[in-house]
This record gives sequence, C-alpha cells and structure tokens, in this order.
Amino acid sequence: MKKTFRQAFIHTLPVLAGYLFLGFGFGIILEANGFGIGLAFFMSLLIYAGAGQYAAVGLLSGGASLLTIGLTTFMINCRHLFYGISLLGKYKGAGIRKAYMIFGLTDETYALTSRDDRLIPREGRYDYYFLVTLLDHIYWIAGCVLGATVGTLVEFNSEGIDFVLTALFITIFLEQWLTSKKHAPAIIGIVATAACLVVFGSEKFLIPAMIVIAVALCLYKEDQSNA
Amino acid sequence: MRDPYIIQAVLVIAAVTAALRFIPFIVFKNDKKTPRIVEKLGRILPYAVMGMLVVYCLKEVKVTEFDSIMPTILGCLITGGTYIWKRNTLISIACGTIGYMLLVQLVF
Repeated sequence: MKKTFRQAFIHTLPVLAGYLFLGFGFGIILEANGFGIGLAFFMSLLIYAGAGQYAAVGLLSGGASLLTIGLTTFMINCRHLFYGISLLGKYKGAGIRKAYMIFGLTDETYALTSRDDRLIPREGRYDYYFLVTLLDHIYWIAGCVLGATVGTLVEFNSEGIDFVLTALFITIFLEQWLTSKKHAPAIIGIVATAACLVVFGSEKFLIPAMIVIAVALCLYKEDQSNA
Repeated sequence: MRDPYIIQAVLVIAAVTAALRFIPFIVFKNDKKTPRIVEKLGRILPYAVMGMLVVYCLKEVKVTEFDSIMPTILGCLITGGTYIWKRNTLISIACGTIGYMLLVQLVF
C-alpha cells in the first residue's frame, strides 16, 4: 500500500501542478464574479469537473435557468460517457471503491488510469486507481479554494491561465502518440472534431464530433496484433 | 451560499456530471455481455478522445486574428516541443502555460 501510494503520488504530480493552476484560475474567476470561498469548496467537492465549473461561473452570475445549466453541463461533460466505456473492464472488480472512482473520473484521472497497464503496478492496481482519483480530487479542491482565497486578497492577472488545460491534453496526446504504433484513432479524433468545429461552430460542435468519432471508430478495423 | 438558486444550480451541475460518469457502468453492468464493439471502442477511444479534447481547448481561437492565433500556436509548440525533448509532462505544462500567459499579457 505504501509503495502503491508513492507511485500514485509520483504519477499524479503533473495533475497536482495542473489542478493547482487550473483550480486557482477557477477560484480567481469565481471570486471576481462575487462568489465566495465556500462556493469554491462545495463546487470542487461535489461537481469536480474543470470545464464544467468554469462554464458554471458565467451561468450562475448571469442567473441562467436550471434547465440551461443542466443542458450546458451535459454538452460540456458528455465526453465522460466515453471514459466510462473504455474503463468498464479495468474498473471491474474494484469493489466498494468503484463508486468513488467513477464519481471522480475527470479528464486527468482518466488519462492516468486508462494508460497502458505496463505503467501501472500489477498488485494493488485498484488501490492505485482509487488513490489516483482521491489525490486528484484533493489537489482540485485545494487549487479552487486557494484561488478564491488569493482572489480576495490580491490583484492577480490570470489572463491565459486556462492554457494549462490545453497543455495538459497536448502532453497526454503526445504520450499516447509516441507509445502507440497505430495513429488512425488519434487522427480520427482530431480531424473529426476540427471538421465539426468548422461546420457546427464552437457552441454546438462537441456532440456531433462525438457521434462522428464513435461511428468512425466502430467502422475502423484494428489489427489485433498491435492495437 | 447566498441563496437557494445557487445551491440548486450546483446540485444540478453535480448530478448531470455524475450521471454522465456513471451511465456506462450502469448500462453495461452485466459484465459477461459487454458487446465486442463496446470493448473495441474502449480500447481505441482514449486516443481519439485526447485528440478531440485538444481541439476542444482550441475552439475559441480566432484563426483570422493574428493576436489570437500566434500565442496559441507558440504555446502549443512550446508544450509539444519540450515534451518531445524532455518527455516530462510537468515541465511541458509549466513551460507552455507560463509561456502562453506571458505572450498574451505582454506581447500580443
């Protein structure tokens, strides 16, 4: 357990940095919109979704209807449906920890737990998945609360801080690209999403993109030898 | 928490987010009957999804505006370049983000 914890901690260090950055940015924006540290804490504890929380600040301060808030959240977080599908096998047999592991399935946690199994300690891998989820959640809460706290104390130019999310996805994408022989799924992901962005616009492209990707990957014939 | 609206809104967002995370595990609960196609999707989706998320993050970039596209391209190049060079996620994220922040705040 101690060894597993150490491994989980080391592997989540990039997420620690990313979540402190990103959570901090969220806290700052939340505070700038007139909300307090308490809301930063409860949102990061209960919602625990970066892009969703960022979008929520605008909706809350604008007084959007609960239906609009629900639909927007659905659109933004729809991608999480994909995560569950690809972790069905891996999370099977995790016991009572599983519910929390599913609740805490953010982009970054997914990126770590969905990685090639060779990178993950064989014994106690459910402990590993669970600890990664828990540590990431703690980092996120800490970042959000810290940002809101600092936001009340000092002026801080946070313009551009949201790039941290882009940078995180780029590095994960590159890691996957460099460790895989087959690049067709990655290319499908980029091309389909970019095409849908052009066709449908930045407000409505995500759901069409997911449909196109799902259909394209279903039709895609993978070579069993090194998929 | 200032009023019931905020509490309700937070609960709606939390419920929708959690539902999206739980649905696949509930729908395919019977583990013996996970269809082959779903298994295949599970194997290759991570690669496509990460590509999708990169594009998703760049969706607000205005391709025709120099001041919008330049810091983004440079930020991506710094992130990708340092990653290919050092293979260290943390270093790449820090360099890319700090570089991008400096570019949008001071240069463009």
